Amino acid sequence: MTAQVITVTSGKGGVGKTTAVANLATALAADGRKVVCIDGDIGLRNLDVVMGLENRIVYDIVDVIEGRCKLKQAMIRDKHYPDMYLIPAAQTRDKNAVSPSDMIRICNDLRPDTDFVIIDSPAGIERGFRNSIAAADRVLVVTNPEVSAVRDADRVVGILEAEEKGNPALILNRLNPVLVRNNDMLSAEDVLDLLGIQLIGIVPEDESVIIGSNRGAPVVTDPKSRAGQAFRNIAKRIQGQNVPFMDLDQQSGLWGAIQKLTGRK
Amino acid sequence: MNWFTRKRSAESAKERLQLVLVHDRTDLTPGQLEALKDELLKAISRYIDIDPEAVQIGLERDGRSQRLVADIPLRSVSRNRAG
Repeated sequence: MTAQVITVTSGKGGVGKTTAVANLATALAADGRKVVCIDGDIGLRNLDVVMGLENRIVYDIVDVIEGRCKLKQAMIRDKHYPDMYLIPAAQTRDKNAVSPSDMIRICNDLRPDTDFVIIDSPAGIERGFRNSIAAADRVLVVTNPEVSAVRDADRVVGILEAEEKGNPALILNRLNPVLVRNNDMLSAEDVLDLLGIQLIGIVPEDESVIIGSNRGAPVVTDPKSRAGQAFRNIAKRIQGQNVPFMDLDQQSGLWGAIQKLTGRK
Repeated sequence: MNWFTRKRSAESAKERLQLVLVHDRTDLTPGQLEALKDELLKAISRYIDIDPEAVQIGLERDGRSQRLVADIPLRSVSRNRAG
């Protein structure tokens, strides 16, 4: 085994990076892959709560870097998937506690017996972001179909180009198909045309994402959730499978039937 | 605003983003672009006769790359020769 290191980043905060990392990691683990997640947001640790592992933390990534523990000791095993681990961020205020070379070294130590290392980048384009992309073989950019999020995603894509980090792929998160149909939300085509990068998945807005993070159980574990299905599909694409994009425009019920009959879109 | 005639917001979002991204990517403000146009026109006018009113210069997107596109109609010189 030699792991692929995937960094999830966005520029703007609050677009769903941490949710994406928790869900993709869980979906990959459910497919039998060995996955290690790294929370790259030093000082603002969050991946642990979204994954429901906050009570198990003993050591964090800064303890590893400063030699207070072995790498294995900072790897928290998931409650449901024994082949999924989290390396939590430290809650220290020292932004310089981690350097790009630290991240590269940790990822190289993980590579031999892991399938995927997934790094949750902090928002912004500063130190934490630089650390998070340093070891990446592949970068996924998360955005929402909103002007501020798309603009910041474009900045990040520009930096990734300048750093020669390969072609990033886009996760368009929280798309609302009804708003798109009414031309009151940027469509996936609009966002792709603006950003000029490849698409790896569109995740519809879905209340069950919030319910999942409340419980510390990523939404991919809910077989009925549309967002869960979208994340499962992205995980398959990460593994090299060709999965068609979901039809988000499908409508159910009487209103949908009427709209279909009248040809109104 | 009338529900039937209002421009839907997705269209404004896209148009505004197209402009913002071009300037973000080139690190060129609209003011600097105007200054660039003026200097360009001055330089060209030293060699050929152009109609400054008809000139169109702007930044265009092509995938992830930008280009500076200039459309500069030349004034016909035949009149001068005839005279």
